[in-house]
Formats: sequence, structure tokens, C-alpha cells
Amino acid sequence: MIVINNLQKTFGRNEVLKGINLNIRDGVITAVLGPNGSGKTTLIKSILGMVVPGGGSIEMNGKSIHNDWRYRNQIGYLPQIARFPENLKMKELIRMIKDIRRSEGRVEPLAETFDLKHAMDKPLRHLSGGTRQKVNILLAFMFGSPNYILDEPTAGLDPLSLIRFKELLITEKNKGKAILLTTHIVSLVEELADDVIFLLEGNIFFSGSVDELKSKYGSQKLEHSIANILSGRHA
Amino acid sequence: MRTFYPADMLKILKYSLFDLTRSRWTYGYFLFYLIFTFGLLYFSNDVSKALISMMNIILILNPLIATLFGALYFYSSKEFAELLLALPLKRSSIFLGKYFGLSLSLSLSYLLGTGIPFAFYGIQATGQIWNFLLLTIAGLFLTFIFTGLSFLVSIRFENTIKGFGISIFIWLFFAIIYDGIFLLTLLIFEQYPLDKYALIMTLFNPIDLSRVLIMLKLDISALMGYTGAVFNKFLGTGMGMIVAFGSLVIWIVVPVFVFTRFVKKKDF
Repeated sequence: MIVINNLQKTFGRNEVLKGINLNIRDGVITAVLGPNGSGKTTLIKSILGMVVPGGGSIEMNGKSIHNDWRYRNQIGYLPQIARFPENLKMKELIRMIKDIRRSEGRVEPLAETFDLKHAMDKPLRHLSGGTRQKVNILLAFMFGSPNYILDEPTAGLDPLSLIRFKELLITEKNKGKAILLTTHIVSLVEELADDVIFLLEGNIFFSGSVDELKSKYGSQKLEHSIANILSGRHA
Repeated sequence: MRTFYPADMLKILKYSLFDLTRSRWTYGYFLFYLIFTFGLLYFSNDVSKALISMMNIILILNPLIATLFGALYFYSSKEFAELLLALPLKRSSIFLGKYFGLSLSLSLSYLLGTGIPFAFYGIQATGQIWNFLLLTIAGLFLTFIFTGLSFLVSIRFENTIKGFGISIFIWLFFAIIYDGIFLLTLLIFEQYPLDKYALIMTLFNPIDLSRVLIMLKLDISALMGYTGAVFNKFLGTGMGMIVAFGSLVIWIVVPVFVFTRFVKKKDF
């Protein structure tokens, strides 16, 4: 459970977040949508403590994250770009993250699911982009954290891995985890998201379910509803 | 909450070392020093002369390599740093771990690359062992100092090209430009007493400091140069070396401290 109150952030003169209020509930997949530059990444980075907010508060499971770093052991984060130390082997990277988290996690079942076992002894620089993304998924999910933050999680995944990833998300959701997801892939949102947040120029333009979004912006297809919002902005 | 968590920093250091000690660059640096030092000892036949030549290379090359690798490593591990930043770690643990990981890996290449040939040629028996050790220590200082400076520049500038450019300029400044300006001022103001000025100017250049440190020990007045002579005159050999050592330590501590301040405030 993540509660965000009046979150603000300015880079130079550029107001990126203009007072965001948001609840990321347990047992729910929340999708954050919005065009490029709408503040999605800044929102995620604020929750992760990578960006220092200019105002407002963020609470995770009832505690403020301000000036803390330990709260991050309650987050599994899946970054957009998978770049690893190139001379480490996959199993060494996994060992490293285990060391840092002080926890063993569950590597085996996930490595099985995503067909990573054969690559454990390979240096990370030899892995393909898709495989790296699967390693990323493994690292994010192996500790069963109560909150997940996923930034464009499906980039580069093959169809089979994509199906398995969706199944994994549903399983975690049913375990009562809070899941925050950003993506540009509309079908993924339709399939998975319970709550949809639409960011526009640093404000929450819409917040509700997928069906509400569709009926409010007049289209059977989510894709077209989103297009309506975006073109309406320019009209 | 404890403000410093060395265990986490050591973990980052350990895995940075794992990664770096397998890098081609680390082997290249090691092999260069190995071949160069062997060659020098083979051709000069005189350990003390070889030491002077070594010194001239080390004073230029160690800062250059630390500068280049510092910026290269910092920028290339930026995305991975973002993954680490999302883990339950203090920011300072991550970046100090990286700093010490890189400094140690460069130091290792340098130590082995120069140490193996000298050990092979029996430096122990020549009575030059202390001079060699002092040269080695100066080289280590320069590695840590210039890695720190390039990390400091790299965290400050988001743009890779800018970061590289400024880092290399800092090296160029201390290796060449600084001495040029220094000599010029000495020439222009030659009718004034400049000893103290020269002494202070030397403290502000880590490369000059390292040179003075070695020269004081070698005690070859012909090679000591003006600043070395000034150090000798004002402070004597013992005190001069202590001042030079202390200043070199400050040259490590201050940039790294400022670096950690930047790390704490930065938006990644």
C-alpha cells in the first residue's frame, strides 16, 4: 500500500509533478498511463527515493519514506533498461542482490518459469536484450516484496515469457500485493489493470477503472479513448 | 538510524571488484606496466635510474588512467546504479563502494604490474627498496585522488561528453598547465621572495606533491627542482614528507567528501 499526497517536483523551471494524490492499493494492479514527458518516470523515481520531491508526502505501509532507505526492502522494482555489470555472471549478480537484501529469495521457480537456468553461468554481457529483461524480472520478483513497481516491464519479452509474466502478475496480485505499472501497451492495461491513472503534464487527468475510462471518453476501445484524451488536449 | 553502514558499502565494493578485475581494461593496464617495467629494468641496468624514469611515467600515467577509467566506469554503470538505488541501500554505500572498487582494482593492476618486475630483479638486495615503496605509495595516492576527482565531475554532469571533457581537462591542468603557469609567475616575480608562494602552490597540485615526496626521499638535489628545494629548506626532509603525505590525504578526502554530498542531493 502506497499513499501519495500532493506530490510535487520541479526540475529547474520545469514543473514535472503538480500535486499528485494517489493510492496504490493492496491486491490491485494500478496502471499509470500518459504521454512521454507527463511525469510517469518522475512519479516512480519519487516513490523509489531516486528523486527528492519538492513537496508533498509518500507513505509506504503507513510510514513516511522521507529520509529513510530501509523501506525499499518492501519494494520489488523492475527498471525499464536492463544494464548489468558486464563481467559478472548471472548467478553472481543474483548472489549480489541476495547479499544486499540479506535474504535468499526464491530463485529456482522463477528461473524455471522464465527459462533462465541454462544462462546462470554466462557473463551478463553475452545475454540478449530479452534474456536480460527476464533476469530483471527475476531480480524484482524473487523476494516476494509487498509492493511492486514495474516500468515498461514487457519490453523485449517473447510471447511465451509475456504470458508467464502476466500470470506471475496475477498471482502476486491475488496474494494481496500492491502493483504499480507503467506502459504504453494498451492491451496490457486492458488485460491486467484494475485501476488506471492517466497523467497529463504533471496532473492526474483521470483516475478510475478501465471501464470508467472507456465510458467517459466515449469509445469501445481503450486505445481510442486514450487517443481522444490526447487529441482533446490539443483541440 | 546509523549514519554510516560499512557492511553495505563493502558488498558493493566486493562485487565492483569482481566485475572490474575481469575487465579487459584492467588486464591491459596491468600488462602495460609489466612490460614497461621489465623493459626499463632490462635496458637501464641501474635500479636507481630506472626508478627516476618510472617516476616520470607514474606521475603522468596513473592520474590519466584513473581519470579516464573513473569517468568511463561511472557513466557505463549508471543504469545499474539505478537498479541499486531502488534497493534498501544508502546512496553513499553504493557510490563509495564503487569508488573504492575502482580505485582498488586500478591499484592492483599498478601494484602487480610494477611490483613483479622489481621483485624479479631483486630490488630487496639493492638498498633501493624504500625508494621503490615510496614511489609505489605516491602512485597509489594519485590513483585514489584522480579517481575521486573524475567521480566528482561525473556525478555533477549528466552529459557524458562534458563529464569526460572536464575530467580530462583536470588531468591536463595538474599534469601540464599548472606547472606552466607556476613557472611563468616565478619568472615574472623573480625579484620578490617566492619561497612560501612556491611551497603553497605545490600543496595545491597532487602531482607536484607526489614528485616532491619522492624527490625528498631520493635526495638527489640536482633533480629536486625548485619546489623540492624549497620543501627541503623550509621543512627539512622529515617534516617535508609529513606535510606532503598529509596534503595528499586531504586530496583524497576532500573530493570524496564533496562527491558524497552531491550523491545525497542528486535526482537520479
